[in-house]
Amino acid sequence: MAVSEMKYDVVVGGAGHAGLEAAMAAARMGASVLVVTMDCKAIGRMSCNPAIGGTAKGHLVREIDALGGEMAKIADATGIHFRMLNLSKGPAVWSPRCQNDREAYSREAGKRLGSIEGIAFLEDAVVDVAVEVGPKPFPHKLVGVVTAKGKRVSCRSFVLSSGTFMRAIMHTGLTHEKGGRFGEGASYGLTERLESLGFVSGRLKTGTPPRVSLESIDLPAVEPQHSDSPPRPLSFSTQRIENRLIPMYLTYTSPTTHEALRRGFDRSPMFTGRIKGVGPRYCPSIEDKINRFADKDRHQIYLEPEGYETDTVYVNGFSTSLPEEVQLEGLRTVQGLEKVRMLRPGYAVEYDFFPPHQASATLETKLVMGLFFAGQINGTSGYEEAAGQGLIAGINSALRSRGGGEMFHVKRSDGYLGVMVDDLVTKSTEEPYRMFTSRAEYRLLLRQDNADRRLTRMGAKLGLVESATLARLDAKERAIVRLSTLTSRTTVAPSTINGHLEAVGTETIDAPDKLIRLVKRSEVSLEGLLGVSELWSEGALDFAREGMDERTWSEVVEQVDIEAKYEGYVSRQREQVLRFDSFEEQAIPGDLDYDRIPSLSSEGRERLSRMKPETIGQASRISGVTSSDVSVLMVFLKE
Amino acid sequence: MKPSIDTIVAIATPPGEGGIAVLRVSGPEAVAIVDRRFRAPTPLASAASHTAHVGAICDAAGERIDQVVCTVFRAPHSYTGEDVVEVSCHGGTLTSRRVMGVLLETGAEMARPGEFTKRAFLNGKMDLAQAEAVAELIHARSDAARRISLEQLAGRLSSEVQTLRRSLMDAVGLLELELDFAEDGYEFLDRSKIRELLNDAGSSLRRLLESYRAGKVFRDGVKLVLTGAPNAGKSSLLNALLKESRAIVTEVPGTTRDVIEEGLSIGGVLFRVVDTAGLRPTSDPVEREGVERAHEQLRSADVVIWVVDLMAPIQPTKEAIESIGSSHVIVALNKSDVIARSSSTRMDIEDDSRALRISAKTGDGIQRLEEEMLAVAVGRTPSDNTEGATVTNARHYDVLRRASRSLTLALESLEGGKTGEFLALDIREALNTLAELTGEVTTDDIMNAVFSKFCIGK
Repeated sequence: MAVSEMKYDVVVGGAGHAGLEAAMAAARMGASVLVVTMDCKAIGRMSCNPAIGGTAKGHLVREIDALGGEMAKIADATGIHFRMLNLSKGPAVWSPRCQNDREAYSREAGKRLGSIEGIAFLEDAVVDVAVEVGPKPFPHKLVGVVTAKGKRVSCRSFVLSSGTFMRAIMHTGLTHEKGGRFGEGASYGLTERLESLGFVSGRLKTGTPPRVSLESIDLPAVEPQHSDSPPRPLSFSTQRIENRLIPMYLTYTSPTTHEALRRGFDRSPMFTGRIKGVGPRYCPSIEDKINRFADKDRHQIYLEPEGYETDTVYVNGFSTSLPEEVQLEGLRTVQGLEKVRMLRPGYAVEYDFFPPHQASATLETKLVMGLFFAGQINGTSGYEEAAGQGLIAGINSALRSRGGGEMFHVKRSDGYLGVMVDDLVTKSTEEPYRMFTSRAEYRLLLRQDNADRRLTRMGAKLGLVESATLARLDAKERAIVRLSTLTSRTTVAPSTINGHLEAVGTETIDAPDKLIRLVKRSEVSLEGLLGVSELWSEGALDFAREGMDERTWSEVVEQVDIEAKYEGYVSRQREQVLRFDSFEEQAIPGDLDYDRIPSLSSEGRERLSRMKPETIGQASRISGVTSSDVSVLMVFLKE
Repeated sequence: MKPSIDTIVAIATPPGEGGIAVLRVSGPEAVAIVDRRFRAPTPLASAASHTAHVGAICDAAGERIDQVVCTVFRAPHSYTGEDVVEVSCHGGTLTSRRVMGVLLETGAEMARPGEFTKRAFLNGKMDLAQAEAVAELIHARSDAARRISLEQLAGRLSSEVQTLRRSLMDAVGLLELELDFAEDGYEFLDRSKIRELLNDAGSSLRRLLESYRAGKVFRDGVKLVLTGAPNAGKSSLLNALLKESRAIVTEVPGTTRDVIEEGLSIGGVLFRVVDTAGLRPTSDPVEREGVERAHEQLRSADVVIWVVDLMAPIQPTKEAIESIGSSHVIVALNKSDVIARSSSTRMDIEDDSRALRISAKTGDGIQRLEEEMLAVAVGRTPSDNTEGATVTNARHYDVLRRASRSLTLALESLEGGKTGEFLALDIREALNTLAELTGEVTTDDIMNAVFSKFCIGK
């Protein structure tokens, strides 16, 4: 019968950064996957800035990679500029970032998605879901989806990763048109359908800055910024970056800029109330920045070429939805941009999202078994946030399609991925959610350098990690033990080490000392000590390294160095994790009726009934739930 | 739907004979349960909160058990935050037990120790430190202990800790915000401001920790050992002190292995007086045993008064006093009235700064002796509590000590030039620890430990 012709384990709606990871993870886990996208050429498209990573986002990218996702590999293959941010602080908050060739990124993403067995494509949009009565505690159970072109697909799981496309409207000045991205359309119908099942939806707004012509920039007047040398790859499995690297440029707005833009405020869709959606506070539009930080007379602007061949430059820091002519006038007051040609004005886009408390830590919705939300539909902003959720949703969609069994989630103490999802499901969000270092309370453990040590084994267990990658991790762990043992057992004489200590600018020693004690000094690096051959007994380092490749060995050295330097902090953080983990392990039944617990505060009861936390830990992080509510809940569950 | 919380009942007044006995009933069914056995012109169901009603409690068969007064407190305006009925019946074990029996048959459950207060905590009527103050108030054995517990119940300690937490929270918030502004190299919080804040918070904690010594004294009292030669005048000194004692103190047995002869209240502090044998060298094994015991008493004493007879031919030496090995010895040079009349020269022992001349007979010098006893016991006078809360509870002391250690580490991180993420860890550790004090972060174990210390009916 034609109606039930199509049958897949998992359907993924949207092939952006979330959908891509979801589809690939599910397929790798053996599920048959159908990717439904409105435009097969727009897979993994960088709608906004042509960059991957950045503060805290870089951590997400490394974790996605460690768990078996694609983002870091695509970024490494198409990167044109690499930097490690935050180097002035400790290693826990270093964050990698790379600029990419926008077109190449999308091509690479499409190629990778297409190369996986078990993924089929459909150029269409999902507009309806078919459900049955669900097993407890789910009111509904997903059995299929229906597309705009009328195709019915039966499936056990559906990952909705529609980005900004649901009921999308783009604004530039007072003009607006339907569509989720420049030159593309919008999708309709699904929001209403999900609302009829009991979901609550909201409206969010995000924006993108204008693009300008590289040729028209006065390059000598702006400050070039070069890549780190050597560049550090984002993926644990990239040996080295061999791409040609090009500079980015830094410049500033001026009071004249602010004056010019202010004159257009009466035609801003933000200030005139045309945009109802709430925009991100931390990635504000330039008009927001001028308005909010009125006493600041300049703001940083990064000029980011979108690739090798293109003339298009992304004006980072100038996100705006002011009228086109105002944008141009403003840009031309920025140093180096006096004669700039604007290729495309910035615009704001408004779209539907589903406040994420409606999903659980597996990103499966609490109302419909088999329905997963990932990416901007959960109210997040950013490719990395989307990709991370896509990966988790994809994994669970595959697990769900197998029927039963344990689902997958990342704990707050295991990764930024866990922090993000937990924040989303316990705090929900009323403005676009962006990952921050400040959100991760266990940040000294959750470093970008040890993402593989935290997550790769989990990925391997799920079948997402190649055996060679796992073997490399095993070898790395063994080498870490050998090198750290060697370092703690080695005693050095003043005569052999003092020359080096003087050279790095730290106090010399008077008596023989343990090498490990010297590594703890901030001026001393283990890498530097490895170069002092007299320190090491014959063959000891070769034994520790065991023929390991250069990249892996440098990671081993870095791990031992960091662990020695921050040992005290790291072990105290581990204690904190242990203390709070007990709360994370106390489960709350999904169908718990909070009306049966009379001692709860009325606000606490309302919040708990709405958010349906899965654990005591989650419950304690819901705003409006007091500590006595949490105690009541603990006592109640015990009795 | 049946609420899953029981309605509980207990006799809130101590056992024994008395004018009245009070039963406390708390829970969603409190009013309904009492009403079923309460005979009065108007039922309690229609009574407003905080009103008292005379009537009779009858058993299921209709037999009158007692004439009572029922006071109704409606949720959430009650001690527990639930509906509460307090039934005041005639005193005596039999009557109150019969009334409770009737209520138990009517659907109330027997309350466990501390359950009323636990419910008050769970209903957000008080935090954990306040709940603990209730237990301490009940067990208060001196006026100072009572006052401190009452202050803690009113939230003095909690609010001091909350103020501290808020300032630390603000600081850690700014430090963490900084982490996300990678390239601007911007410091939201000046490092010297953080140092100041950590120093302030640290000294607040230290002050609270120091108050524990005094707090413990106020709560548990002080062990005072009187020693000296048999005829030096220990008994008459004790009598003199008793005469001065402003309150009669009763001792709760079983708190100490010491044989307590008397309890004294001086300046609101309970002194538990232990008498010992004199400390003279002996070869008699039985007596040696006694001397050994006396030494043990002296070592464990908070305050020792060594009574010396100024008229005695042989005086104890400094070395003998030092042998007690403590700095809490006061030497009372007794019979100053006699020596004043004689022409004897000053004795060697009088040079000791701890020596005071007294006369147990005339009362001369007793007041100074008491001041000295207080100073040694408390380190400060009990009325000197304007500077802040007093810590009396070992759990609180432990929490504050751990928080203080975290702040010391934070200062070390700061001085060591560590960046914000390290400072944030130290400060968060202190914050998490402090949250245990008020029960914002609590576990079953903590709750059980706290509420099991209560008596039934509270």
